[in-house]
Amino acid sequence: MSQAVAVPEDMEQVYAYPRSLTQANSHYCPGCVHGIVHRLVAEVIDELGIREKTIGVAPVGCAVLVYNYINTDFVEAAHGRAPAMATGIKRVSPDKIVFTYQGDGDLAAIGTAEIIHAANRGERITTVFINNAIYGMTGGQMAPTTLEGMITTSTPGGRDHLLAGYPMRMSEILAQTAGAVYVAREAALDLAGIRRTKRAIKRAFLAQIHGLGFASVEVLATCPTNWGLDPWAAMQWAKENLGAFYPLDTFKITDEVKALPV
Amino acid sequence: MAKQLLKGNVAFAEAAVRFGLQAYFGYPITPQSEALEHLSGRMLREARVFLQAESEVAAINMVYGAACCGVRVMTSTSGPGFSLMAEGLSYIAGSEIPVVVVNMMRGGPGLGNIQPSQADYFFMTKSAGHGDFHPIVLAPASVQEIIDMMGLAFELAEKYRTLVLIAGDGSLGQMMESAELPPMQPLPALRPNWAVTGADGREPNVITSLYLVAEHLEEVNLRLQAKLADIRQHEVRFVEAQTADAELLLVAYGTSGRICTSVMRQARQKGIKVGLLRPQTLWPFPAQRIGELCEQVRGILVVEMSAGQMLEDVDHAAGGRVPIRFHGRMGGMIPMVDDVLADLQALATSLGLAP
Repeated sequence: MSQAVAVPEDMEQVYAYPRSLTQANSHYCPGCVHGIVHRLVAEVIDELGIREKTIGVAPVGCAVLVYNYINTDFVEAAHGRAPAMATGIKRVSPDKIVFTYQGDGDLAAIGTAEIIHAANRGERITTVFINNAIYGMTGGQMAPTTLEGMITTSTPGGRDHLLAGYPMRMSEILAQTAGAVYVAREAALDLAGIRRTKRAIKRAFLAQIHGLGFASVEVLATCPTNWGLDPWAAMQWAKENLGAFYPLDTFKITDEVKALPV
Repeated sequence: MAKQLLKGNVAFAEAAVRFGLQAYFGYPITPQSEALEHLSGRMLREARVFLQAESEVAAINMVYGAACCGVRVMTSTSGPGFSLMAEGLSYIAGSEIPVVVVNMMRGGPGLGNIQPSQADYFFMTKSAGHGDFHPIVLAPASVQEIIDMMGLAFELAEKYRTLVLIAGDGSLGQMMESAELPPMQPLPALRPNWAVTGADGREPNVITSLYLVAEHLEEVNLRLQAKLADIRQHEVRFVEAQTADAELLLVAYGTSGRICTSVMRQARQKGIKVGLLRPQTLWPFPAQRIGELCEQVRGILVVEMSAGQMLEDVDHAAGGRVPIRFHGRMGGMIPMVDDVLADLQALATSLGLAP
C-alpha cells in the first residue's frame, strides 16, 4: 500500500489517489479494466464533490468487491438486482446520489428486467455497465454480449446463434426507454477512450444530480484471463472485434443533459 | 379510535401506514392486491414512498435497498410471489436488515388457486431462502390481530435487525370484520447509524452478505444463530384457551385456529374436556408450552390447511408422549367445524375419554 508523501513547497502535485478511491490492493487480474473504471468513477465523484452523499450498489461478478475500492457508502445486491435495490435507496433518499456498477452477466442476462424497468421509470440513478463479453468470476462462460463465434468455457465450439442466440446490444435497447435521459457506450481500451469514458460517466452523474432521469454508460472492456490473451493483445482484440459489433456512440441524450457543462 | 368494518388486506395496509410505514414496494397478486391498491393512494397522500414493481423479484430488492437506508419498509404478496422473493429474503437475512413481509397464503403448489391455504408454513418458518436462517413468523387469526401484529412486526424487525413475516391466508385477507386501527404515529426524524446515508463525517457503511473467507462467514453465522437463540427464548407468543382442565388439546393457528375455537366450544358442550393452543408465532414455535401440556393432556389434534406442516413441530414438541391426530384440508379448502369435531370425538373415543 502506498503512503501519502508531502509535496515540497516548490513543486505542484499533479497526480494523486482520488479521495473516493481507497488504497486497498486490487484483487483484479493483471490487465483488467475494472481498476481503470473504478478510478474514473472515484475521480468523477471527487470532482463533483458528492462523496459524502453517494451510495453505490455493487453487482455480483468480478466487481462484487467494488466497495473495497470506491470509498463511499455501499450495498451489495443480489445478481442482477442492483437497479431494483438502487430504486429502493433513491426513492427513500432522493437527496443522495445512487449508482450501480454492473457487468454484462449482471445487467444483460439475469438483471435484464430490473435494468430496463429502472430505466423506463426514469429512476434518478446512474449505471456504469462493464461489457467484456464474458463471465469473468465464474470462469469464462458465455455472456449475453459474447460475440458470435467466440470460444468460451460454455461455448467450446464458438457461440452459435442457432444454439445460444445472438449478442445483445443493451445500450441500444436502454436508449428506447422513455425514462432514460442519457445512454452512451465508450471503450476504456486506450488513453483517448479512457478520457471519453470519464467524460461520459461524469455526464451520467450530472444528469442524476440535476434530477433529470436514468443515465447509463456502457464501457467496452477486456478479460485477458478468460480470453486467453495478454493485456495488450486483449485491448487490441477488443477494439477490433467488440468495437465492430458494439459501436461507440451516444444513443440517447436529452437537450437538458446536453446543456449540462461537463 | 372507533371500531370500523375493515377488510383484512386493507386493515393491515392501513395499520402499517399508522405504525410508520415509510415505503412500500409490491406487485399485484390475488388474494392480497387490495393492500397494494390501498397503499397506492394512501402513501402518496402522506408524501411517503409507494411503487408498483415489475415483479416480486424487483419488489423485494427495492424493499432491501430502502431497508438499507434505515426506514420502515414492507411488501406483501401471496405464495407464488413469495417464492420469487426467496432470493431477496436470504440476502436480507444475511445482511441483518429489518424488513416486514406479509404472505396471504393461497392454494398451491404451482399456480394453484386463490383460495385460502396454510401450505407455506415450511417455506416461511424453515426455509424462506438459501442458507441458515429463520425469520420471525407471526400468525394472526383475525382482522384485529393482523392490525396489532403490524406494529409488533416492525418493532421486532428493528429490535433484532431481522426479517419478520406475517403468515396470513386468503380468507383473512378477504374477510371483513369490525376492528380498531391505531392512531397515526410520527415518523422517526433520524436514520440508524448502520444505514447507508452517505459517508459524511464517518467511515463508509457497507451492507453486504458476502464473506469470502470461510472463517469470517462462520463467525457471521454464529452471530446470526446467537441472535436467533435470543429470539427463540424471548419472543414466543401463543393464545391458550380452556387448557386448565383439558384432557385433549387442539393446536391450530390463523384461520384454522379460529375454526378450532368453535370446535372447542361445541366439544365442551358435549362434555369433551378440550383446550386450544393457538400459536401466534410460528417461528419461534411454542414448543416448550406444548411439551408442558403433554404432561397433562391425553391426546392432541392438529388442524391445518395443509398436508400437515406445523404438525411436524407439534410432533417434535410432544416427543412421543401423547398420541397426535391430524386434520388437514388442502387446495384452498377450509376445515369444517363438524368434520374437525368428528375427528376430535374419534380421538376422545380411542383414548377412552368419550363422554
